[in-house]
Amino acid sequence: MCGIAGLIWKGGTTSDIGSEMTQMLQALKHRGPDSTGFALYGEGSEGVFVLRFKVAEQEEMRKGFNIHRQVIERRKTVGERMQEMGAEIIDQEEATEYAFRYHFKFGGDLKRLIDYIEDIDGVEILSVGKGLELIKDLGDAKTVSDQYGLKGFVGTHAIGHTRMATESDVDIRSAHPYWAYPFSDVSVVHNGQLTNYWTKRRDLERRGHRFMSNCDSELIAVYIADRINHGDELEAAMKRSIEQLDGVFTYLVATSDQLGMAKDVMAAKPMVLYESDEFVGLASEEVAIRSIFPREIDTWDPYQGEVKVWAA
Amino acid sequence: MGSVSTSHEMGLHEEQLAGRTQQMYFSASEEENFTYSWSYEVDFDKAAEFDAADMEISDINLKIRELMKAGHGTITVQNPRAKHSLGVGILNRLNLKFEGSLGYFGCGLIDGPNVHITGRVGWSCAENMMAGTIVIEKNAGSLFGAAIRGGDLVCKGQAGARVGIDQKGGTIIVGGSVGAFTGFMMQRGRMIILGDTGDNLGDSMYDGTIYVAGKISSLGVDCVETELTDLDRKYLKGKLDLYGMEAPNGIDSIVKLTSGKQLWNYDNLEPTEKKLVL
Repeated sequence: MCGIAGLIWKGGTTSDIGSEMTQMLQALKHRGPDSTGFALYGEGSEGVFVLRFKVAEQEEMRKGFNIHRQVIERRKTVGERMQEMGAEIIDQEEATEYAFRYHFKFGGDLKRLIDYIEDIDGVEILSVGKGLELIKDLGDAKTVSDQYGLKGFVGTHAIGHTRMATESDVDIRSAHPYWAYPFSDVSVVHNGQLTNYWTKRRDLERRGHRFMSNCDSELIAVYIADRINHGDELEAAMKRSIEQLDGVFTYLVATSDQLGMAKDVMAAKPMVLYESDEFVGLASEEVAIRSIFPREIDTWDPYQGEVKVWAA
Repeated sequence: MGSVSTSHEMGLHEEQLAGRTQQMYFSASEEENFTYSWSYEVDFDKAAEFDAADMEISDINLKIRELMKAGHGTITVQNPRAKHSLGVGILNRLNLKFEGSLGYFGCGLIDGPNVHITGRVGWSCAENMMAGTIVIEKNAGSLFGAAIRGGDLVCKGQAGARVGIDQKGGTIIVGGSVGAFTGFMMQRGRMIILGDTGDNLGDSMYDGTIYVAGKISSLGVDCVETELTDLDRKYLKGKLDLYGMEAPNGIDSIVKLTSGKQLWNYDNLEPTEKKLVL
């Protein structure tokens, strides 16, 4: 059934969103123990991109033939191609044996750079952005958070997901959140099922968008990216998605400075909302919001077909 | 006014209870039909309270049971913190108060207690409730009062989608607005909505009555408007007064809705609201 959560501090306030989102997602563990993902929006540095990518699946590291050597070679090729395209790598960090975090400066065509990196066999870019850092792996929120050192991550807003795999594999590729390739800083988490997935996917593929998984949730990220590419504001793109996407769904989308939620016309998937003057918290269940606000708070369910967007 | 003419004026059926269960096991004059043999003797003046902040769900429910067993008829649970499945399966007379909010499936399958919740409730509150009262001071999630068969379920705030889905009896009152598909497949009972409703109100309802004081976004299939009678007004005033609530624009502004479906398969109806057979 999956669990989703989102938070945003208003007015440019920052907080330890790494710990907050970990607590929220851990409270939703019972909704999906297969994998957990975070899209965290940090403060960022002017002109500097953060690249999160993986060069293998977790399971491959245990079973893959000659995988450890391939991991080293794939990572090396990523570095070479980035330099070839004119990207200046400022620093690089090994989050796990197969997942990495690079800071880099780049003034060229970002989509070309991304496509060139992803052309390497086994390499998948999880996110590119000036504030966005997308982390996802197998296990519950605490496991993933500890593994990637997310405690103490300071930022303005975040979305996250606990996954119960129903329509695609248990692997990082099928885990949420999804980055809206090729737009920096746009990410999506989703709870539900899209019933016109293949129709819409073929339509978007004809327009040049790429899909990394067979997970229907990725379609929402790509759809939103496509609409932004057509000049839509985030809220307009989300409202349009309510009419265009068929099925039962509640999803959250985040950009560099906004957080949005949308609910299908049947209101079949849950979402609880808490809003104060300085903070907005959303989750599939209230226990997630309570995990960071143990005091008494007023919450409510958004209605069917409702779209809301908040700014950081 | 005699009871028969009263029921006729209110649009009630006069069918006899002819179902096998009623014939074999139910006698309205026998007390054992209204209590469970394993329910506890409690004293409402004997009160207890405990803090549930750091307790697991099953421990909280067991604690309530233990207190009832010890004769406590008034129990207050502090800091429930939106945990799921609290206060479920209570088949006892009891005054139960939750100081805070409940998560999903709160107070489901209950038969008899009077519950007061100072916060809000999540999805499927009071599902399959048989009797008693539940009063919620704030909002409710979707599937509020799903399949209830009796009792009064009151939310003073707004509620989510599919309120009273498959309702089979009892009364649901919502002070604010409700979402889409409220009253979906409603079979019996009454629902009073003082705010607005979402799309497809009363869709596929078989029976029962929905009263709406606010704006109706759209009616579902089989849901039709009918005349508000003086007895309806009396009933609505009585119910709303009981819980300190009122229609924003007065009782006369309330719209009454019932089923327009012809029930080909029902021949053993319990006393209930009159249907408008189209």
